[in-house]
Order: sequence, then C-alpha cells, then structure tokens
Amino acid sequence: MKNKLDETKPIYLQIKEQIEDSIINGSVDAHERVPSTNEFAAFYKINPATAAKGINELVDEGILFKRRGVGMFVTEQAKLQLLQNRKQSFYENYIQPLKREAKKLNIGVEDLMEMVNREDEDI
Amino acid sequence: MKIEVKNLTKKYRDKYALDHLSFTLESNKIYGLLGRNGAGKTTFMEILTGQMLASSGEIIIDGENPFENQNITESICLIKEGNNFKRDLKVKHVIQMYSYFYPTWDAALAEKLLQTFKLNPKASIKTLSKGMESSLGIIVGLASQAPITIFDEPYIGMDAAARKVFYEVLLEEYEKRKRTIIFSTHLIDEASLLFEEVLIIQDGKLVLKEEAEELRTHTCAVSGSVEAVEAFIQDKEVIHQKKMAGMMTAYLFATEEEANAHGLHVEGIPVQELMIHLTDGKRSA
Repeated sequence: MKNKLDETKPIYLQIKEQIEDSIINGSVDAHERVPSTNEFAAFYKINPATAAKGINELVDEGILFKRRGVGMFVTEQAKLQLLQNRKQSFYENYIQPLKREAKKLNIGVEDLMEMVNREDEDI
Repeated sequence: MKIEVKNLTKKYRDKYALDHLSFTLESNKIYGLLGRNGAGKTTFMEILTGQMLASSGEIIIDGENPFENQNITESICLIKEGNNFKRDLKVKHVIQMYSYFYPTWDAALAEKLLQTFKLNPKASIKTLSKGMESSLGIIVGLASQAPITIFDEPYIGMDAAARKVFYEVLLEEYEKRKRTIIFSTHLIDEASLLFEEVLIIQDGKLVLKEEAEELRTHTCAVSGSVEAVEAFIQDKEVIHQKKMAGMMTAYLFATEEEANAHGLHVEGIPVQELMIHLTDGKRSA
C-alpha cells in the first residue's frame, strides 16, 4: 500500500495498479476481498467516483468480481491474466526507456548486454 | 439538483464581475471552483444562493430561479470564509436556527461534529477563535445536508490537522448521502483529490471546466531540447512555456504517452500550477 498518491497522474490508474500489484505479489489471493471504493476514498482522501473508476475497470477486465452487499473479490484467473499483461507491456515500459537513456549516455549494445548479464547479489 | 448557468453577467458600473458565464453543474458531484482573488467566484456564489441579482443572464436550479425563492434557498447552504454567524449568539443557538431553516438538517450529525471539532455549545460566537468559528461553519454546512452545499474558503484559521479532519468528515458524509458540493479554495494542492470536476474562473469568464481525472490524463509538462519540444508542441494547445540554456519546458494539453513517444521528458502538472498558468494575464490565447 502506497502512503500517498501522485496527484499529477490519473488517480484511478494508481488505484488500479495498486490492486494489480497486490494480486501479482501474492498479498491478496484469488477469492479474497480487496478494499472497497469507500475504503480507498477514506484512506487516500480522494473522490469516491475516482476510486470507483479504477475498481470498475478491473471488474470489466475480469480481475475482480462483485458480490452484492459483500464487496469486491479477486477472480480465479486474475494473477495469471495480470502477469501476461505486464509481460506484454514490459518492453515498452522498461526496455524502451532503458535503450533511450543508454543512447543518450553513449552506452553501446555490448555494454548494455554486459550489464544485463551481470550477477547482482540482490536479484 | 441541476444548476444551469446561462450567460450570467454582473456589472458594477463599467466593470464586469461576471462576464457572460455559461455552464451546467450536474447533481451529486464534488466541484472545485478555482480562480484568483477577484475572479468572480464570490459574486457567482451570491447570485447562486439568491442573495444578489444578476445584471443579465440567469441561474436556473431544477427549473427555478433562486432569487428570493424559498424552495431553492432551503436547498442551498453557503458557508463563507467568515462572518457566517451573528457575534452575540451562542453556538447552540446557531445550531438551532439552522436546524429550523433546513428541512434536511441532521441533528445527530451536528451533535457528533461538535464533539469532533471540540466546540462548546454554550460558548458565544464572539469568544471563538478564527479556527473555531470556521469549524462551526463546517459543522453547519455538513449537517444542513442541503442538496447543494457550498464551501467558500471555509477553513480560515484552522490548522493542517483540523483541515484533515474536515476532508475526512466531508468524504464520509458524501459517501453516505450524495449531494452537490461546490468547494472554493486557495489550498488547491490539499483539496484537489476531492474534486470530481474542476472549474477555473478568471475575470468573470470560465477558463476551464473539466473532470479532474481528464486533466490529470490530458495535461503534462514536457522537457527537452528547444528543437524537440517546439516540434512536439507546434500543433497543440500550450498553456505555458519557458526556456533556459538550450532546453525548454512546455505545459500543454497532451498525454504522457504522446510525449514519451517523442522521447521527451514528461511530468504531470498539479492542478494548482495549472490554475496559475491558465489564469496568467500574460498568456496569449
């Protein structure tokens, strides 16, 4: 759970990402309840309609399902589906900016590959 | 309740306080009404609450004109930045008076909020500090449960902790019972996450009316070499730009993805800064 949201970026996307992250890293499992619109609104002091937009998109994408009067729950296939989506966007979100910055700093492809292959103790 | 503002104009001698203002506010949203001092916000709120007549144009609330119209006035609660209450009344008298005036009054909530904000019902208004008087305004505004509740800079003298309590209580009550809230403040950084829509007024004219999330999505600040930035912004609506040492930053209407695709450095723009640049008199239209 982030302590504060970035007010310059769409809030509903940040709410969405937080739920996605907690599903991917296993802090919420399939069939477990995620915080409600009102809980998000109260926690971050944000407009409830904004929080609802993020949660509703996850419902539309089949990541969450609604149990009337009880709350929002994680679907069976949510984690698998999210991992697939994230792998697809990995190239544009991480590799492309990496290559752009490398180019700016005159780091060649070989140097870049050497860095990727380097054994890091903490990974 | 739907609020339709049509060509609303208020003229003092030859100066326009409101200059052909037109927009519609839908029911049950939280609106941020922003603008610099003297932009016309207070004049707008006084006409909306039926305390003042427009020079021309009109405001229609659910099909009715608000001026001296009890149906409408008992549906609207305006809390101003000060002098909301008579000096020689006691807190409990103020609460009682407002409870008679608003058919939607929530006595239990008023009681609870007096405790939340630690106000003594027996204290008289003239002995209250600025911050305590503001708290009383907030209590009245929230407990009125008026379908249109307007807070015009309601927290003069309240410290950061008390303002935080106000935001919490506001959201809590709004979630329980939806209503239209119009919130005008200079503390935009603090309050901007509460707004569903933002209105910016300058020189009596509407500069912008947009969903807060749309603003966050469709405005950004891009930086890079003068050449690269100028190439990117040439066909876009630019809000503000500055140059230094061959580098340039432009604030504009564009998405982060577009700017990223051009290899520019991108940042979001806080609503506060957006307001400052959009109401900058030097800005070329």
